Amino acid sequence: MDFPSYYLDHLAGGRLIIGIIASLHVLINHPLAVGAYPILTFMEWWAHKHGRKDVDELAYKITFVVFIVTTTVGAMTGVGIWLSTSLFAPFAIGSLLRVFFWGWFTEWLVFISEVVLIMWWFLSWKKADTAEKKRKHIKIGLALSIMSWLTMALIVAVLGFMMKPGEWNQTRAFWDAMTNPLYLPQLGFRTFFALMTGAVFVWFASFFFTRQKPQGSRLRKWLVYRLSHVVLVSLILTLLFGNWYWHNIPEVMKANSAVALLSQQFMGWHSQFASLLGWTLGTFLVIAIAGLSFSSLVPRWALLIPSFMGIWLLGHFERAREFMRKPWVIGDYLYSNGVHKDELAFLQSEGLLKYATYVKHREVTETNKVECGQDIFMLACSRCHSTTGLNGVIEKFGLMYGSDKPWDDAGMLAFIKGMHQTRTFMPPFPGNEKEAKALVAYIQHLRETRESLQGAQTIGIEAAPLAPESPSNLTNR
Amino acid sequence: MKTFFLLANTPIPRDLPLPLPLPAWVLTICLVIFFLVHILFVNLMVGGTILVVITEWLGRQNKRWDHLSLAIAKTVTVNKSLAVVMGIGPLLCINLLYTLQWYSANALTGHAWLMIVPLVIVAFLLTYLHKYTWETWTTGRKKTLHQAISVLAMLLLLFIPLIFLSNINLMLFPSEWDKVRGFFSSLKIGNVLPRYLHFLAASIAMTGLFLAGWFGRASSDLSHLSDFTRPELRRIFYKITAYVTLLQFVFGPLLLFTLPAAGITPKLYVIIFSGAAIGLITLMLIFRELRRDDSRIGQSYPWICILFTFVVLGMGSGRHVYRQAALAGHQAQIQERTQEFASALADFNHQLAGQPAAAEPDASQLFINCAACHAPNTKLVGPPLTEIAQIYHGNPDGIVAWAMAPGKKRPELPQMPPFAHLGEANLRKIAEYMLEKGKAP
Ligand code: HEC
Ligand code: HEC
Repeated sequence: MDFPSYYLDHLAGGRLIIGIIASLHVLINHPLAVGAYPILTFMEWWAHKHGRKDVDELAYKITFVVFIVTTTVGAMTGVGIWLSTSLFAPFAIGSLLRVFFWGWFTEWLVFISEVVLIMWWFLSWKKADTAEKKRKHIKIGLALSIMSWLTMALIVAVLGFMMKPGEWNQTRAFWDAMTNPLYLPQLGFRTFFALMTGAVFVWFASFFFTRQKPQGSRLRKWLVYRLSHVVLVSLILTLLFGNWYWHNIPEVMKANSAVALLSQQFMGWHSQFASLLGWTLGTFLVIAIAGLSFSSLVPRWALLIPSFMGIWLLGHFERAREFMRKPWVIGDYLYSNGVHKDELAFLQSEGLLKYATYVKHREVTETNKVECGQDIFMLACSRCHSTTGLNGVIEKFGLMYGSDKPWDDAGMLAFIKGMHQTRTFMPPFPGNEKEAKALVAYIQHLRETRESLQGAQTIGIEAAPLAPESPSNLTNR
Repeated sequence: MKTFFLLANTPIPRDLPLPLPLPAWVLTICLVIFFLVHILFVNLMVGGTILVVITEWLGRQNKRWDHLSLAIAKTVTVNKSLAVVMGIGPLLCINLLYTLQWYSANALTGHAWLMIVPLVIVAFLLTYLHKYTWETWTTGRKKTLHQAISVLAMLLLLFIPLIFLSNINLMLFPSEWDKVRGFFSSLKIGNVLPRYLHFLAASIAMTGLFLAGWFGRASSDLSHLSDFTRPELRRIFYKITAYVTLLQFVFGPLLLFTLPAAGITPKLYVIIFSGAAIGLITLMLIFRELRRDDSRIGQSYPWICILFTFVVLGMGSGRHVYRQAALAGHQAQIQERTQEFASALADFNHQLAGQPAAAEPDASQLFINCAACHAPNTKLVGPPLTEIAQIYHGNPDGIVAWAMAPGKKRPELPQMPPFAHLGEANLRKIAEYMLEKGKAP
């Protein structure tokens, strides 16, 4: 990649950090925004229609919680996905912004309206004191519900696009990416998952605001009865869309995830996924049925079970989705180490260092081998592997060749040259033979010294002068 | 006539091989305008928190300031959300227009850049905590704690803009990048400090002007601020705007004259000095307002706002003109290098396509796929070929079947990955090759 490498040793290039920020965002966005806004709006509307001050007050208090969380952690983790990706994979976000400009731009407009509406809705709640004002106020809630759903709908388009290129590669067209076959099922899955978990969240939150007896428990009963219906209906639809989604994952990806089955984590995730979906929906089912029949007996903590199951399931879903994308960052166009598909043969023949920017040397020699290897590691491997830490190459090679035995240079070289065949979730090695050897030398050196590797944010950059060679001598080579 | 200020150690990266989604000039206009909207709310957020801290402190002597402080705090919690959401537009544009410089600056100040997320979250949560405990934490220690929270929030909101500023500044000077060792060292490059002072003063001045209108407008509800009259509030905030803007006539030139020469052009001076001239007129208008009596103060408010908009537009465009000039050489060299690479790549791929289709890979080439783990006589990761040849003697199909879906035999070895993606025909070739090589000598 042609940017200074931000790199956290031990953290595998920081995927973990993007992952944590993104998961936190989704965990807030789905239940609290997409799921809860329509439910809260419904409560406000119903309270107004039936003159139930207590229901209105309850909706207001829960909205307060939602308001605080979404305008702080919710909004900032959304921005945070972008800020962290800018660090770890600038080539990816930079390319996505160019291809998907209108998507992001529209997304921004919708996001503005979402933020304005939540503030307007919450901050003007108490000021809506006449019937007319109240009706207008309810409409704000409705608009907010629509906008937050739209935000999600747009994001899903971007995510779906990265997984399957659709027609994008030929036409580079925006709409093609929007209409890829994973779009609808994923959107449906997320929508109903959000509603289901949103309903449980509202139920959970209501415990804190319905303490006084007996009105409190009567009010809660009223609410839970309705929420249980929401859970039941959303549950069935979550199942249907989830199913549809998995069936639509394109053949490549399926093949990929089958190979990925071997990777220790993925084996776990994959076999767990179906049963996890079943168990999760099962707990929601139990809760919903309990809510319909004897809600007053359901204790607060019981709601945490389906919620945690839901978090777990969604975590699985996102990780598996991320994983299936490998080795691509943009399907069939850009690998996750920033190398473009059409550059690959060129770099393998001409060398990676020669055309890179932030490297110490341009040609591998006997004396600079280890330094070159380090730069190559940074360019070709560091977006997924750390040196000695998480998903570290030393550990990985150790698993293969034995951590107590000497490693065979020729074997490592063969592995690196065929790494995309052996492990199809890795991109092909994007350099020439000499560079592969330099990488082997670096890894052997690293194994001995275990010296830590620092990113550009700590040790700065070095940019070797460009080779003065003109491209024409390629042709008469 | 172009002058390149580029030094030998300036990195010239390659651009992404994708066209911009919009013409550069459209993006430029969007960048300038979106940025000004964003910075306006940032100003109101930062200036607001400063005024909240000061007025709450004054409120310890006289309650009326405490009431005013709360009223300002209520604007801050709204403006802070708008500051964030309006920040995305300019970020989008700068990412597109200055992809290489911008992301490079982000990476070079990486830790600080990442810290923006938690810091802003904490700062925002603190402002809410501060606002929603106002009526309950009113006396004694609790009030002190209450004030401490707002001081903490203020400090955070004062620090976070510095991170953005360091990036905006650093991206302008690629020839200095190799000196940077993280966020704090990036502050030594260019003229971050004068920029920061200018920004702080602008924040307070803007907030003053905003609040003069916010409380001064006829429809505002002053029932919680009954110890103030409307003209009095107008006067207070006008004063703040006026005196701080006066200070800008020190900070402004300080900023301008400490700018590295890289992007200084006559055009820049024209824009900045015209902006400053309008600023002077605006300032005179405000002082005239301040001399008016209570019944008429505030009459020129719309005019003041319009003129201020021009001042801000001037400063915003000046800022951009400087950036454009400072980076013109770098951008041109990036383009040149990108094109060189693209044509070398195209030549190569053309030649490659022209070559007769590579013959079907032969068995020894195919075997590379297995060579990382299987050697003729020694155990690498998997068993040596001699062992395999013994097991599968005369049974190449057995090898194919295994490689399509390997099982788990030897407990001391890791699992072998499947190679179904190579296809049965290729695996068959490999199998025969393996048996051949593994034959007992
Ligand atoms: C797209 C991200 C990605 C890139 C880029 C990448 N790898 Fe991997 N690599 C992985 C994953 C994921 C695994 C599997 C981890 C696991 O099984 O726990 C892996 C596994 C490995 C293994 C162990 C293989 C085995 O059979 O157990 C080695 C060795 C390895 N990588 C080396 C490298 C080297 C060297 C580079 C750079 C030239 C590289 N990888 C680039 C993602 C990547
Ligand atoms: C990542 C390392 C790796 C690669 C690459 C690899 N193998 Fe293996 N192979 C192993 C391991 C480990 C075993 C032992 C597995 C066991 O006994 O559980 C093995 C065992 C075998 C066996 C013996 C099976 C038996 O019945 O005992 C055959 C045959 C074989 N591999 C064929 C291949 C072929 C063909 C390829 C290339 C297309 C290949 N292997 C590539 C690691 C690898």
